[in-house]
Amino acid sequence: MFKTFFEGIVKNNPVLVLAIGLCPTLAVSTSAFNALGMGAAVIFVLTFSNLIVSSFRKVIPDSLRIPIFIIVISTFVTIVDYVMKAYLPGLSKNLGVFVPLIVVNCIILGRAEGFAYKNPVGKAILDGLGSGIGFTLAIFIMGTIREILGQGTWMSIPGGFEGFKVLGQGFLNYPVLFMILPPGGFLVIAFLMGGMRYFEARRSA
Amino acid sequence: MSLFLLFLSAFLVNNIVLMRFLGLCPFFGISSKLDTAVGMGMSVIFVMVLSSVITWFLYQYILMPLNLVFLRTAAFILVIASLVQFLEIYFKKAIPGLYSALGIFLPLITTNCAILGVAFLNIDYGHSLIQTLVYSIGVSLGFTLALVLMAGIRMRIDNAPVPDAMKGLPIAFITASLMALAFLGFQGFLGLSL
Repeated sequence: MFKTFFEGIVKNNPVLVLAIGLCPTLAVSTSAFNALGMGAAVIFVLTFSNLIVSSFRKVIPDSLRIPIFIIVISTFVTIVDYVMKAYLPGLSKNLGVFVPLIVVNCIILGRAEGFAYKNPVGKAILDGLGSGIGFTLAIFIMGTIREILGQGTWMSIPGGFEGFKVLGQGFLNYPVLFMILPPGGFLVIAFLMGGMRYFEARRSA
Repeated sequence: MSLFLLFLSAFLVNNIVLMRFLGLCPFFGISSKLDTAVGMGMSVIFVMVLSSVITWFLYQYILMPLNLVFLRTAAFILVIASLVQFLEIYFKKAIPGLYSALGIFLPLITTNCAILGVAFLNIDYGHSLIQTLVYSIGVSLGFTLALVLMAGIRMRIDNAPVPDAMKGLPIAFITASLMALAFLGFQGFLGLSL
């Protein structure tokens, strides 16, 4: 049972191993807090869409399944979008168009089609949580690296907590600005992915 | 702001793939051969312009007057998915030549977040119909440019000695990083900014 849960986190990590859901991963990981917010939104949508798809899997006709999945997913995405706009306006502004775009995130449709549609409710929920946490972990690691190097802080919240000064005051004045610009995002994920493959190859050798 | 500046901003300065991170899945998935990259680019230009205009009308004349703005996400994705399906059937019947060139890419476009993203951005920026048209043409040309450049570079990289762990996607990401760095050079070009 728990194999389903952990598989999504490490062995089949959606971002670093399967390379899906890349757009939000790169766009939103400019700070650790934004990354966590995006991760939480994806976990919510993924778990509930898996729950609904799996509980109705016997009545959903095969030929209409994709449009039905999309409607289920977009319902939860709309809920997240409006709740975030109401209670976390700063975060919502930072994530911008990427919150409604969760609806076309391949991870969510992929899990609905590939897992929830064929498995019982309990397993589907665990799978949703596992893949969601795997996504959050990857995006959070990226957000942490990019924020610390690019801004000198960690976990700073727009309009609130100013963040831990990990690399000291001097670094704050001259951060590696490159890291929070778009090219830095591509570079960080390249080395994370390469590093993961390197250790995987060494372990199995 | 003139339409020409809007076009340049969408095409180069705020390149949808390299600066905005939209449409990355096809960018890395379909960029290993030059001719498939061109085919994908053409389909994206066609679908993006059409879907932007349709969703603009849908939003302005149906969702807004009826006070159904909260249905935006669901309505847009359904319209785009059915538009793609419709185009596929139409091409198959009416223009078989075009279908054999673009056909295999059409189903993939539904999950291309650049298409839906541009539909949302047009609404968020408050574009008029003409601006929507120009913006979506600029964005889709920018997507095609980035995709074709990437495919050309990746065909060369195939012959280069790359460390085992970095083969395939990781080296493609590094390539994209350098391309994005080059595109950053367009910042401030004609007074445009990110």
